[in-house]
Amino acid sequence: MERLTGWGRTMAVQAERATPSTTDELADLLSPTGPGHGVIARGLGRSYGDPAQVAGGTVVDLSAFSAISAVDERTHAITVGAGVSIDTLLHHILPLGYFVPVTPGTRQVTIGGAIAADIHGKNHHVDGSFASHVVSMDLVTPVGVMTVTRDRDPELFWATAGGMGLTGIVTAATITLLPIASTMVSVDTTRHRNLDEVMAAMVDGDHRYRYSVAWVDCMTSGATMGRGVLTRGDHAPADRGRPPTTIPTGASVAVPFNAPPGLLNRLSITAFNEAWFRAAPKERLGGIESISTFFHPLDGVANWNRLYGPRGFVQYQFAVPDAASATVATAIERLAASKVPSFLAVLKRFGAGNRGPLSFPTAGWTLALDLPVGPPALPAVLDDLDDLIAAAGGRIYLAKDARLNPAHLETMYPALAEFRRVADRVDPERRLTSDLDRRLNVRGPRHA
Amino acid sequence: MRDAFGQPQTAILFGGTSEIGLAIVDRLAAARLRHVVLVGRNPSALEDAASALRARSVTATVVLADAADAASATDAVDQAFGALGAPCDLVIMAVGLLGDQAADDDSPERTATMFVVNTAWPAAVLAGCRAALVAQGTGQILVLSSVAALRTRRANYTYGAGKQGLDGFTLGLAESVRGTGVTVHLIRPGFVTTKMTGHLSPAPFSTTAPAVAEVAVTAVMKGTPVAYAPGILRYVFLGLRHLPSALWRKLPG
Repeated sequence: MERLTGWGRTMAVQAERATPSTTDELADLLSPTGPGHGVIARGLGRSYGDPAQVAGGTVVDLSAFSAISAVDERTHAITVGAGVSIDTLLHHILPLGYFVPVTPGTRQVTIGGAIAADIHGKNHHVDGSFASHVVSMDLVTPVGVMTVTRDRDPELFWATAGGMGLTGIVTAATITLLPIASTMVSVDTTRHRNLDEVMAAMVDGDHRYRYSVAWVDCMTSGATMGRGVLTRGDHAPADRGRPPTTIPTGASVAVPFNAPPGLLNRLSITAFNEAWFRAAPKERLGGIESISTFFHPLDGVANWNRLYGPRGFVQYQFAVPDAASATVATAIERLAASKVPSFLAVLKRFGAGNRGPLSFPTAGWTLALDLPVGPPALPAVLDDLDDLIAAAGGRIYLAKDARLNPAHLETMYPALAEFRRVADRVDPERRLTSDLDRRLNVRGPRHA
Repeated sequence: MRDAFGQPQTAILFGGTSEIGLAIVDRLAAARLRHVVLVGRNPSALEDAASALRARSVTATVVLADAADAASATDAVDQAFGALGAPCDLVIMAVGLLGDQAADDDSPERTATMFVVNTAWPAAVLAGCRAALVAQGTGQILVLSSVAALRTRRANYTYGAGKQGLDGFTLGLAESVRGTGVTVHLIRPGFVTTKMTGHLSPAPFSTTAPAVAEVAVTAVMKGTPVAYAPGILRYVFLGLRHLPSALWRKLPG
């Protein structure tokens, strides 16, 4: 058995790790004679809570599924093993003049994980989520091995997109890449005095940029409540960047051991946020940044999650429709009022969602906050926010969740019944489960 | 499954009518608890406690077991885990019998029963729970000891010695599960005003069942290995354990 946690370093459990090297070996793990107590795929462990672990069961490591095909020059399609990370893929495709269609804030996620969480990036308002760029996926389920596309078993395709690994184990996917002319990004940076100004600027101008994200300070109140820095940009044209052979560099520094409890407290976080806000330019248009700096700033510090100390942290990420945009301010105000220290929050606009019943993005706003576990008020503050978000027609991102009130799952994901039906079709004996599934009862009552 | 804040969804309470045990369950019910198994001896008292929990939308199942019968421990564990039908996030050991020291003094039978109820049965149950939780790869064990275990005294030495056995067993159990995903948390309350102590006059630093429950739930959430209720007793007993006997015997309570 091996000790497992999510990226937030909470809820440590023990589970077996299986490392199949062929589809047959993987199919055996999911067969009735396979190991008991649940099976779930686990990539690089970047989901924050418990979706990639199953206490007492078996996590499946797909690092052997690492093949990368040639790029189809006409369609820009590439077929990639589920165990390949976006980091590895970028090293492979950047020299060929391609970028991944969607990248999260870290390159350390696998293709399998990107599909299971239906990840989004700074370009969601233009390009949608990861699943929007998946042409087909090879899926091993307890009832068989299959290739699913939007046309061939669309129900299963969409249930798998964002399905947190509960509909089967992806072994490879064909995705459409984005051709780029350089590996640099042209970036406009603007600083805004409060949340209203940040949000107004985003509503006003996001459509002019492929990429857009705002970092918001949740420790200020009053006239500067939610002040923020907005960075927006697009891949630079060839003449502005270096030749398309620059590849992202790895972490330059690392957090070598677990920080003592309380290193990140109200004082240190307030000081950091202040320094960070002042360091940003009031306005800088057409700046040139590397892919690493623009897309993956946190990859510069290895094991940064250790900064939160032994009790770890939670990330609270929600989405609300435009009609409920006031929820963003309410969330920040409530956290500030409850004295819960919170690092910079990430705010961005979502375009339309897809038809994946558990896919998180939905048109409107999304806010993500990192919160250290420890303040006694925090569980209740987040429970109250859940109520507010559910009532506003919003939802919590399952890839980040480690504490949602299970009563809200069905409200937040209205197509949950469809997901459950599809999951039970390909896994009638419920071999696939995770601690997230157990905690939130994602797959539902057995005789539903 | 417990969440990132350590809030359990499923629990087994051994000592299903214990006031402190039910006060703990009550607090958990206000958070994420959805199913609890109450293990105890008195069917009607257990049913009453279960009904109160069901009224709060918690599934409550009753398992009958007599802690005076050490041989029943295996069955009690099997039935409790079976009734839960899901991984158990938290085991609460709240079985205890204060006894009547004057009556226990000269009675081999009563003394034997005291040690079965306070030590042998709880330890046997915990051994069974250990196996189940280690196989789950996760789970927490909360054991209610007593400051009486820290130094026995005339007024309740049979009880204190019984708790001493359970206390030491629990500390060893905690060591034995390191690295298994299971954690053990020991609570040492002082004098708690409950039905068990209603006939006694409260000792200094006396506390209440809800206050002990708060200490216990906080210990589970924070992962504290040993907690006192009230917290100051940790320091009071640092001194009291080494007090000369002539003084120790004269202390009130």
